[in-house]
Amino acid sequence: MTAVETAPHRSGIWGWVTTTDHKKIGIMYGVTAILFFLVGGIEALLIRTQLAVPDGGVLSADAYNQMFTMHATTMVFLVVMPLAAAFANYLLPLQLGARDVAFPRLNALSYWVFLFGGIFLTMSFFVGGSPDGGWFGYAPLSTQVGEVVRMDYWALGLNFLGVGSIMSSVNFIATVFTMRAPGMTLMRMPVFSWMIFVISFLLLFSLPMVAVGLFQVYADRRMGSVFFDAASGGDPVLWQHLFWLFGHPEVYVLILPAMGMVSEVLPTFARKPLFGRSFVIFSGIAIGFMGFGVWAHHMFTTGLGPVAEAAFALTTMLIAVPTGVKIFNWLGTIWGGSLRLNTPMLFSLGFIALFVVGGLSGVTHAVAPADTQQHDTYYVVAHFHYVLFGGAMFGIFAGIYYWFPKVTGRLLGERLGKWNFWTMFVGMNLTFAPMHMLGLNGMPRRTYRYPEGLGFDLWNLVATVGSFVLALGVLLFLINAWRGWRRGETAGPDPWDGRTLEWTIPSPPPVHNFDEIPVVHAEDDFWHRKYGVDEEGHAVALGYEAPATSPPADMHLPSPSYYPILTAAGMFLTVTGLVYPPWGLLLTGAGAVVTLWGLFGWSMEPLTRGSGS
Amino acid sequence: MAGQRYIERIGGRRRLLMLAVLLALVAAGCSTELPQNSLNPAGPEARKIDSLFWLVFWIAAAVFFLVEGALVYTAIRFRRRRNRDHPAKQVHGNLRLEIVWTLIPVVILAAVAVPTVATIFDLQRKPGPDENALIVDVIGHQWWWEFQYPEYGIETANEMHIPIGRTVYLNLLSADVIHSFWVPQLNGKRDAVPGRLNNLILIADEPGVYLGQCAEFCGLAHADMRHKVFAHTEEDFEAWVEAQQQPAPIPTDGPAAAGWETFQVLCTACHVADGATPPLSRQITTTQGSETRIYDVALAPNLTHFGSRTTFGGATFQNVEDHLRRWIRDPSVLKPMRPDLNDIAAGRILGMPAFELEEAEIEALIALLELWR
Repeated sequence: MTAVETAPHRSGIWGWVTTTDHKKIGIMYGVTAILFFLVGGIEALLIRTQLAVPDGGVLSADAYNQMFTMHATTMVFLVVMPLAAAFANYLLPLQLGARDVAFPRLNALSYWVFLFGGIFLTMSFFVGGSPDGGWFGYAPLSTQVGEVVRMDYWALGLNFLGVGSIMSSVNFIATVFTMRAPGMTLMRMPVFSWMIFVISFLLLFSLPMVAVGLFQVYADRRMGSVFFDAASGGDPVLWQHLFWLFGHPEVYVLILPAMGMVSEVLPTFARKPLFGRSFVIFSGIAIGFMGFGVWAHHMFTTGLGPVAEAAFALTTMLIAVPTGVKIFNWLGTIWGGSLRLNTPMLFSLGFIALFVVGGLSGVTHAVAPADTQQHDTYYVVAHFHYVLFGGAMFGIFAGIYYWFPKVTGRLLGERLGKWNFWTMFVGMNLTFAPMHMLGLNGMPRRTYRYPEGLGFDLWNLVATVGSFVLALGVLLFLINAWRGWRRGETAGPDPWDGRTLEWTIPSPPPVHNFDEIPVVHAEDDFWHRKYGVDEEGHAVALGYEAPATSPPADMHLPSPSYYPILTAAGMFLTVTGLVYPPWGLLLTGAGAVVTLWGLFGWSMEPLTRGSGS
Repeated sequence: MAGQRYIERIGGRRRLLMLAVLLALVAAGCSTELPQNSLNPAGPEARKIDSLFWLVFWIAAAVFFLVEGALVYTAIRFRRRRNRDHPAKQVHGNLRLEIVWTLIPVVILAAVAVPTVATIFDLQRKPGPDENALIVDVIGHQWWWEFQYPEYGIETANEMHIPIGRTVYLNLLSADVIHSFWVPQLNGKRDAVPGRLNNLILIADEPGVYLGQCAEFCGLAHADMRHKVFAHTEEDFEAWVEAQQQPAPIPTDGPAAAGWETFQVLCTACHVADGATPPLSRQITTTQGSETRIYDVALAPNLTHFGSRTTFGGATFQNVEDHLRRWIRDPSVLKPMRPDLNDIAAGRILGMPAFELEEAEIEALIALLELWR
């Protein structure tokens, strides 16, 4: 590290607690999300153990309902979304050639809100039961206070987490608009940055809709309102619209970052530029737009009437087109390449292979009459696990193996990495492929037991065995990550012969990222510094050597601040109190005071304190 | 839980653990003989869905093999082999290719879209007056189904009986939360939504028993909210209707008479049976478009012909003495429910409580229920 790293940056625990460095925040997002991934994974294993044989007796119905509700809630909101946020935080400024995100303290607040929101949801297990009305919380079941006891935790927790996500979105959008290095035009932005840009808009527009709905659920539960109570003139279907108006864009929020990561990994390991780069970017944008017009395909059995069902069947089919375009362009990228099948590449190829399955079963859902058989069965469970595990998580694992050396300065083990990939690939297919059969054979989701003789026995047992293989794969990853972090091979700044700006700087990057803000001349700018192209179109090394630079004497770096964690802690107290009216409202009041204290201190904080300039 | 062993065994009894047996069962898993299988349609509506599914399935299968094949082929052919580095041509894209692989999916999807839209409208047609449809009002309760036949003035629970070949038009409504009625062999599922009225057509070709279960998560015992559809020939159906129209016999001596005494004191708070004081009635209002209808619905299953049913407790437990005994002793041991939340005056029932009856009283009630065939 360099000499400029002076006053603003504290070390030790306090350094992490008060940090506003996008890289440290990214690491905290990643580590926290992996911990929640283990929680969600244990929930999944409990579910699979219960269903291994007919009439399973491992979990009671009550415990099972909590497990599937929390498995989905955890994986969506506490694992996949924050993992994407982890990469976005760490990489967006590096890929754009910036020193940090646009609003560093807001960034820290987003993280602390995520952490406290995750703790809030998870602590429900220890105070009498966790949410048990499904992650989709269909009213009026979710508004029945006595029966689904802890849906307050769910309604408040999701809204709490949503606040953090909205702040992140605003931050990333502002970063893309204002922090790009000279010459980094929008179309020269790396595809991963592009996908983060797109999902930031998706979140910004979709989260407020579900926020209103979640507040209405809470109000129906605790304030005597009747938004979703049919007997009093409310409408349960209103909730479904509000939820899926958020919920479907959310699906693309989960998958697009992984698509962006794969779009970075494939060219690097194929030693070719991304095929049809602008088509990949624009199909991502198209998916983002169209994602707002397909929500009612989650409601094909609700009774919307044939006209609405036909309309949403058509829009849903249409969204398959840009998705297909992406897949074809990835195939075009590796075609004719010089493929290095390292672990990041294996996970990327695995991503394509598995995502295709999820995409195709998605098209069978778009056929609305067929969906009336598939809806709420294990066929749907199979579909979205191919998309979200085979897709999003495999893409994220590709990203972890790819950028781990940038973050830690050390490479992950290749041998263990390949074992990790193949175990997860086999386990994933063993777990989720049989669920297609289960669903078509008539097994509904969210059922804690099933009788013998319906044809469910065999496939459930296979799926359970598969889930433990999958868990073994995750265990191998943890071992690899631990070993890589402790004593992995030193990576150097550019271990993969990368193409984008993050590979021009040391691994791990210095606190200020770039000694000199780079000037960008092309897409894949770093590659063009290293290579030229001969008449036959082949790459020719130019003998690139990293220029010797030194950090500038004065630069503006964000100061550390403890106000973000204070503000988030205040919000945590506020929502915790709302679960336990009326006496909890005292806690809510105290939390509001702490939140205001945090925000006031924040706004009064001198900008350049301790910067030494 | 000990009680879980009492869940109805629908088919084979052996738990298959050995690999050899497993492999043999792969075939069974794909078999179309299963009673809750959407791949084995037993009526015209389900068949329309099935043929549409197979159309899109084969297209998807073709795309699957093409894309996965291309992926595996490319990965193997262009992988870098040891000591043999081949240069990669720096290709940025190809506009013609992009247009082709954008248009091909559009054409394929357009081909799928046409029958899809046609089938959506076809499945949701309203039967004409000449079709002589049998109307059944289906009311979803936590966690059982109520079936009313307004044409015949009869009412039953969890086991629906229909004549073959005749259009059965279901009015789907809910007494509490959202449920979803689904008999995979006869049609897709359709939700029962509080305050709304949805419809579903069932037509069975052949006599038989078709299984289904609630498909929308509806709370604690969602898994144990099952139902059966018995399809009969026209004559058998007439006979069933006639039997159901008979009043329940009131026993005057023997254990059943003692059961009748207990029944009148305890059970009629919620359960209907002919000749007993009816429980508080409950009305629910539904709307469909501009039409509003009011339905009288039960608080708990009508027991007038309980003895004639093959199952009980949401079509989850076989209607045999042993199960019945355990059920009456403490229903929540067999099926998870929340009777502690019952509010009979408000019409909200979440399960049958344990009444701490003497064993003799339980036997008397069983004798009564078996009498009511």
